[in-house]
Amino acid sequence: MERYTGKSVLKGVAVGRVFCYQKQDYHIEKEQIADIDGELARFKEAVETAKEQLTALYDQALANVGEDHAMIFDIHRMMLDDDDYLEAIEQTVKEGTNAEYAVEMAQNQFTQLFASMDDEYMKARAVDIKDISQRVIRILLGIPEDGVPTDEPVILIADDLTPSETVKMDKNKILAFVTVRGSSNSHTAILARSMNLPALVNTEMEPSEEWNGKVGVVDGFHGDFILEPEQEILDEMIRRKNQWVADLEALEELKGKENVTGDGRRIDIFANIGKVNDADAVLEADAGGIGLFRSEFLYLGRDSFPTEEEQFTSYKAVLEKMGGRKVVIRTLDIGADKKVDYFHLEPEENPALGYRAIRICLDRPEIFITQLRAIYRASAFGKASIMFPMIVSVEEVRRIKEIVEQVKNELKVEGYPIGEVELGIMVETPAAALLSEQLAKEVDFFSIGTNDLTQYTLAVDRQNQKLESTCNTHHPAVLKLIEMTVQNGHKAGIWVGICGELAADTDLTKTFLDMGVDELSVSASSVLKVRKAVRDII
Amino acid sequence: MTGGEVVKEFQYVIQDPVGLHARPAGLLVKQAGSFSSKVTVESGGKSADARKLIMLMSLGIKQGMEVTCKVEGEDEEAAAEALQKFFQENL
Repeated sequence: MERYTGKSVLKGVAVGRVFCYQKQDYHIEKEQIADIDGELARFKEAVETAKEQLTALYDQALANVGEDHAMIFDIHRMMLDDDDYLEAIEQTVKEGTNAEYAVEMAQNQFTQLFASMDDEYMKARAVDIKDISQRVIRILLGIPEDGVPTDEPVILIADDLTPSETVKMDKNKILAFVTVRGSSNSHTAILARSMNLPALVNTEMEPSEEWNGKVGVVDGFHGDFILEPEQEILDEMIRRKNQWVADLEALEELKGKENVTGDGRRIDIFANIGKVNDADAVLEADAGGIGLFRSEFLYLGRDSFPTEEEQFTSYKAVLEKMGGRKVVIRTLDIGADKKVDYFHLEPEENPALGYRAIRICLDRPEIFITQLRAIYRASAFGKASIMFPMIVSVEEVRRIKEIVEQVKNELKVEGYPIGEVELGIMVETPAAALLSEQLAKEVDFFSIGTNDLTQYTLAVDRQNQKLESTCNTHHPAVLKLIEMTVQNGHKAGIWVGICGELAADTDLTKTFLDMGVDELSVSASSVLKVRKAVRDII
Repeated sequence: MTGGEVVKEFQYVIQDPVGLHARPAGLLVKQAGSFSSKVTVESGGKSADARKLIMLMSLGIKQGMEVTCKVEGEDEEAAAEALQKFFQENL
């Protein structure tokens, strides 16, 4: 038994025979060419053939995986029209060099443009250059188009897979992909996800043809590839694979269904997102809305404050994507534990209890006002709600509402249309839970942030691994605070939701329903799982 | 006018979280190719002809970066307007 670890791109399990895919390798020598015009014509013809192949691949991908993923072949075809690339090759051929060698030189030259970039996404473009160049070289050498010859479904092992290799594979013949190279942004990873196949990239292994035909297991939950597993492990993996497949099928069927219990009680299931594109997964998962849109992504990984315009564009994009579904945007929740140098935050002994989130916003209103203006401007394009993190007092909420009023008035004067926006607070401190009766009179909704509420209630640092057993997420004190918050919210006629990890804990779904919780906001991948838990309650 | 070239240009800050990635770069090449004017995209001290996909992608343009787009030629008015709209809608 051998175990190799990689980066998982899809949480699933596959069991089956292993096939190591090795490309028919070629070796190119530099040769002197006498008939330069003939060689140029040969190169041009090869490029035309390559473009025809790519058009066919585009059509195939369009039918199998959709336009978004097919686009890459259109891009490849356009790259083969790129003057710089073609001229570089033709120049080398004109010096009397064979076309194959000239293409390989251009491949190396243009790959370097991207390989040296620090950005994962851009690095993946180097693979595209390699892909188009190798396609032309293979045509020049008369090597047949790449493909994986398989009769029975296999776990496909490869050094790396190009998008064209991935899409041309017969999906019914592939159980999983495991590659030595590749990133989770590579096309292989994207395609594997769209085909719902377990896949590992960046796996530390040295595949050999001796592996062919041996039994293997891909465990996408742990990022493991196990070759020739012991019987006991194999049995366990087969059980888990069957479970995974059955669960997937059962969950798929729940799309479009209501979140209603057997005895007719309903609850909203929303999803949490951290960036604009995450909204796609929310729609895909059939969530009723976005219960927590973390706005930190706008502030992290940069060296100056995001402008109102930048923020506006991001909020608007999410609101438009979500159509009329509710989107709850949480204002800035940053503290000294995050690397945002331009905020000039002093290092702190205890950032979780420090100068963070709403405390920064109320102390430096210019930051807060920019964000509020952007959200209110975007509110004309969908159903936006705003919630404020780290609240501990009624005074804070009143101060926030004054600022909000000021922002709304300014925007009206400036002529911006704004929508109806609900204002709510995160209940994530014991203080907010204990004051929920008074706070409920000030706002339109509560969203209980269970991660911080647990940490602050139990005086347990979530990052401290030694305290894992103390950090009981089902602690009665935490549940009591949740219940109290729900009751006080309802007394004032406002809705109460839960975001945070506990919302997806299906052991508590019934408890939350019994308490009368109105909404659970979970990761997009948990939406259907929670819907199932709700529907399973009799 | 003493033969000075009139160049239409505009600035735009990239909003797309992944930046000028393969897909919009491909669309931009198509868009720029539909005009006879020469279109140059500049960012971070580097520049590329908007009809040359590989160079365009190699600019490594990311979210938050400012891009200057210069349009020069017979149909520069129409081209600049169309491209500005393209950036706003796609990037």
